[in-house]
Amino acid sequence: MALLELHGIDVFYGRVQALRGISLELGAKEIVALIGSNGAGKTTTLRTISGLMHPAHGSVVFDGKPLTGVPAHRIVSLGICHAPEGRRLFPRMPVIDNLYLGAYARNDRPGIAADLERVFTLFPRLQERRAQLAGTLSGGEQQMLAIGRALMARPKVLMLDEPSLGLAPILVQLIFQVLQEINAQGTPILLVEQNATKALEIAHRAYVLETGNIVMSGTGQELLQSTEVQKAYLGV
Amino acid sequence: MERPIAAPRATPIRLRGLVSSRVVNTIVLVLVAVVGVLVIARIWHRGPGYFAQILVYGVANGSIYALIAIGYTMVYGIIELINFAHGDVFTLGGFVALALLPMFGVKEGQPTSAVILPLLITLVVSMLFCGGVNVLIERIAYRPLRHAPRLAPLITAVGMSFTLEGIMFLWRGPFFLHFPDLLPRARIVLGPDTTIGAKELTVIGVAVVLTIVLSLFVERSKLGKAMRATAQDRDAAQLMGIDINTTIALTFFIGAALAGAGGVVFGLYFNSLSFDLGFSAGLFAFTAAVLGGIGNIYGAAIGGLLIGMVQSFSDGYFDSTWTQVVIFAVLILVLVFRPTGILGMRVPEK
Repeated sequence: MALLELHGIDVFYGRVQALRGISLELGAKEIVALIGSNGAGKTTTLRTISGLMHPAHGSVVFDGKPLTGVPAHRIVSLGICHAPEGRRLFPRMPVIDNLYLGAYARNDRPGIAADLERVFTLFPRLQERRAQLAGTLSGGEQQMLAIGRALMARPKVLMLDEPSLGLAPILVQLIFQVLQEINAQGTPILLVEQNATKALEIAHRAYVLETGNIVMSGTGQELLQSTEVQKAYLGV
Repeated sequence: MERPIAAPRATPIRLRGLVSSRVVNTIVLVLVAVVGVLVIARIWHRGPGYFAQILVYGVANGSIYALIAIGYTMVYGIIELINFAHGDVFTLGGFVALALLPMFGVKEGQPTSAVILPLLITLVVSMLFCGGVNVLIERIAYRPLRHAPRLAPLITAVGMSFTLEGIMFLWRGPFFLHFPDLLPRARIVLGPDTTIGAKELTVIGVAVVLTIVLSLFVERSKLGKAMRATAQDRDAAQLMGIDINTTIALTFFIGAALAGAGGVVFGLYFNSLSFDLGFSAGLFAFTAAVLGGIGNIYGAAIGGLLIGMVQSFSDGYFDSTWTQVVIFAVLILVLVFRPTGILGMRVPEK
């Protein structure tokens, strides 16, 4: 049984249906990518898992337990952490406070201190800038902080929405490298990306979304080879 | 396929040409200068002792406005709502104290040592009661409308204000109520013609202590950080595991507790209360919050002090009938020339 499963999820924004019977799963050691064009429903899928959106039908099952009706803030303490699109840092707070807020749902001081060390090891830049207001960081640093803040929750599942958006290629390289590292240390990752090539390169498996439906799935390599995916998303 | 849309050809009415902003600025500056000269002439005429005395009254007045303004600004900061019922929660604090004091057997003329403990208990109970009432107001009138258009909770806020005033009217009637005069009459001489009384010191002391406690809470504590995070980005705060409903309720509670304390010290200072006190006091405090930069707690404290000064200077050098005009003129000038207030910052829309 997978760690995280979605069964037949329908989500509406008002009368507009954003997700049409989405079913997917994430295994305990996997990196799974969701790719697709703008408006396909990738972000909505993540927001539904983290409890910010509520499905009209279907269920999200985490660790064997359904998350129906569990409020967003409780889902975090169950171990699902979502680094949202656009980073959504707390701009008028210093880096260090943003990181501590990432660990808001936890109470184990030694564990939090250890995870802070881990984040600073992954992103030494954040340690240099720990007292700086998050809103004054560069785009790359903000993304590092968004990922670092998510790690501070010590999640059992890490969900990242467009971590490479707006970053210089060298930083994109760095971010994806860190994601693989995090995964290798034992955290499964559900990754939403516009940059499909990069995402498929590091993903064990991936799903292709189109107007709220999953139209294709397979291993990262399979999808990279698929002519349809190449034509539609990889610009080959 | 699509043709570029041609720019509209209508000739714009050149309002700026008719009344350029430079002309407006000049007129305003001249007006401000004239008023300034008048004020300075009067101040000169009455001498420095009187000036210092007015300053003392201004700080005491301002402390009360600061206590109210902080609650306005906290609630605005977290859900961008002007809680119009807030001024009436302030009055409620005074009313609750007025009801509690006789229960402790407190009467005028008792020695200070005998009334100090009941007064402290009264203060705390009033604060808790007001906090609870405000949490209830949020639950009933604002939370169900959190995703409604912005105008809807604004209207329920006005409705809540009238409801509270109506309840206090029914409870104690339409008249001015005498609040027991319990604080010592002693005054300390600060200089020629300038004294500060135990009353002023009490008011200022309560405001200073509560403001310091609040700022420590908001800056240092985990819940305080959760409040600031919720104010900056509600969705992101939820994704951190912050229960935003609890956090918002807590904000309403704290803001109302401070306003309630303001109501109690108002009673102790002026020895008079009425059911509709919160209407004007609330608007003045709202002006203070805007003046300081709405959403900023320190701004509200500073704005409160300034509005208190404006009031006591207007009362002391001109006439109290002008005070409302002066205060709202300040509000208009701030909104026109510095809408972000003294400590407010331009925050990009999310």
